[in-house]
Amino acid sequence: MRALKSFALLALPVVLVLGCSSTPEQPAALKGADIAKPKTETPASTKPDSNAGAGSATPIDTSKGGAKTDTGSTDRSASPANLKNTVYFDFDHFDIKPEFREAILAHAAYLSKNPSATVKIEGHCDERGTREYNIALGDRRATAVRQLLKLQGVADKQIATISFGEERPVALGHDEDSWWQNRRAVFAYR
Amino acid sequence: MTIPLFRRVVIIVMMLGWPAAQAALTIEITEGIEGALPIAIVPFASDGADALLGTDLTTIVWKDLERSGRFKPLPQTDLIARPSEPGKVNFHDWRLLGMDNLLIGSVKATPQGYEVRFYLFDVIKGQQIKAFSLPMQVSTLRATAHKISDMVYEALIGEPGAFLTRVAYVTVQHRTGGASVHTLWIADADGYGPRDILNSPTEIMSPAWSPDGSKLAYARFENDHFVLYVQDIATGTREVVAKALGHNGAPAWSPDGTRLALTMQQKRHPGDAGNFDIYILDLGSKVFTRFTDHWAVETHPAWSPDGRYLIFTSDRSGRPQIYRKALAGGKEERLTFEGAENDRASFSPNGKILAMIHANSGEYRVAVFELETGQLRVLTDSSLDESPSFAPNGSMIIYATTFKNAKILAAVSVDGRVKQRIPETGRVLDPAWSPLLPTLQ
Repeated sequence: MRALKSFALLALPVVLVLGCSSTPEQPAALKGADIAKPKTETPASTKPDSNAGAGSATPIDTSKGGAKTDTGSTDRSASPANLKNTVYFDFDHFDIKPEFREAILAHAAYLSKNPSATVKIEGHCDERGTREYNIALGDRRATAVRQLLKLQGVADKQIATISFGEERPVALGHDEDSWWQNRRAVFAYR
Repeated sequence: MTIPLFRRVVIIVMMLGWPAAQAALTIEITEGIEGALPIAIVPFASDGADALLGTDLTTIVWKDLERSGRFKPLPQTDLIARPSEPGKVNFHDWRLLGMDNLLIGSVKATPQGYEVRFYLFDVIKGQQIKAFSLPMQVSTLRATAHKISDMVYEALIGEPGAFLTRVAYVTVQHRTGGASVHTLWIADADGYGPRDILNSPTEIMSPAWSPDGSKLAYARFENDHFVLYVQDIATGTREVVAKALGHNGAPAWSPDGTRLALTMQQKRHPGDAGNFDIYILDLGSKVFTRFTDHWAVETHPAWSPDGRYLIFTSDRSGRPQIYRKALAGGKEERLTFEGAENDRASFSPNGKILAMIHANSGEYRVAVFELETGQLRVLTDSSLDESPSFAPNGSMIIYATTFKNAKILAAVSVDGRVKQRIPETGRVLDPAWSPLLPTLQ
């Protein structure tokens, strides 16, 4: 059932996006989805810090882009270099956690403004599970990010997905301190 | 980019430690069977041949039998007599030493090379069990010794030995600056003579032996995805056999060697969400036939020894579990229900048992599953086990695991009683035990 549920979660961003731009009273449509807690329905622009809910999964990338407010997409579309480029996932999951949505939307805004720009979404896993299965799991993570970009209107041809599975960890330890850093999707611009 | 301190240390350790891989791998027995059979092995006498030949032969046999965990060979220093012919054996002496069996022999120089004669005795009954003569060259010494080990093992345990076999595995060596070297190796099953058959700047995964032991299929990362190769071991020639736009991996040879089952992800364009399914590739005609068609992930196919079924991993229930479907068609039957996950299953040579990775409470361990009873037994107590592979006699399972922060190989007997560790430094992955080989040449 977990996989089915996660597919349902992929559809969730559509609802949230609509909620942001026009009708704020969408929550009914979110029933049944685990992560549809009331606070995530707040329009992103009113959140002071989109990473506040990240828990232990503090992004390690150095860019400060994600902390920008959502006042105008023109600010974000100048360059992808200032955007947060890494999204983290729960163990054995590939649904986008609410705290990483804003960062992905910022990439979507950039890609929409720059139709000639292309990005590779790299999906990664922690070392648990088999190498081959983790290729599939990494692919699902990359695909979940791509799906959200597409829902924002980014063209298919601008996005490629790659799965590295557990092959390219950023942290080499054998416990959660390393594992959370490795369960990730990374935006790689050429 | 600054490399975290820990990572730097690992890189240094790997760079220092790696040259050791060129030499033989060391195999440590961490758990043996209580009541392993006591056997005395007398260094084979020389009959006009270099005396070292006999000593070398018996040392290899001694180590083979000890490593199996089923024998307790008498230390050479405790030998009370060194007979080389049946007429000179005094059973009483060996009984006093508590020996059940005795192996003696000789190496004789012949115009063609050498002749190795050996005799195996039941000390308790005072009977000769086996007497054999084998031709040998200096170049076939190791193979001859393993063959003797196989014959002794079969005579006393009642199952074929698997000493005349090899193991393929992958190592990852990180270089400063973020580059890495991925190497596909083949070593004798006793760890002797590792030989690199492919060096790659990108990942190598899932090596699988052809049933005749002459080829390896494996996946290699290139141009943003894994591509499937088949490589001839003797000549080194290799060809791409599957290069769908998405993933190509998890190859498994049909028992007759004419087909490969594999996982392919069919993407229509680089951003497409292609699905992972099992396909069968006819190696002669190069035609792919789709075997599974499900929105979930299907991977790790394995053939039943009779060639009638494929088992595979699917996460259609939410987590990976093992399923079975007949080649002739029919429904896909879920086999495993115990534990959070079961993945990467393969058949024992007799087709009765599956080895797999079993996950529960976040621990990934090697388990065996009896097809007839549905009984699952966890064999290891480590927590990050991967890629179990049966010895061709079904006695042991080799697998990759994490031990003291290193990715190493280890082996466990199917009954869980014998455990071995191959403590190589660094990252060693994806062991695959070869079929029985006609020769180690």
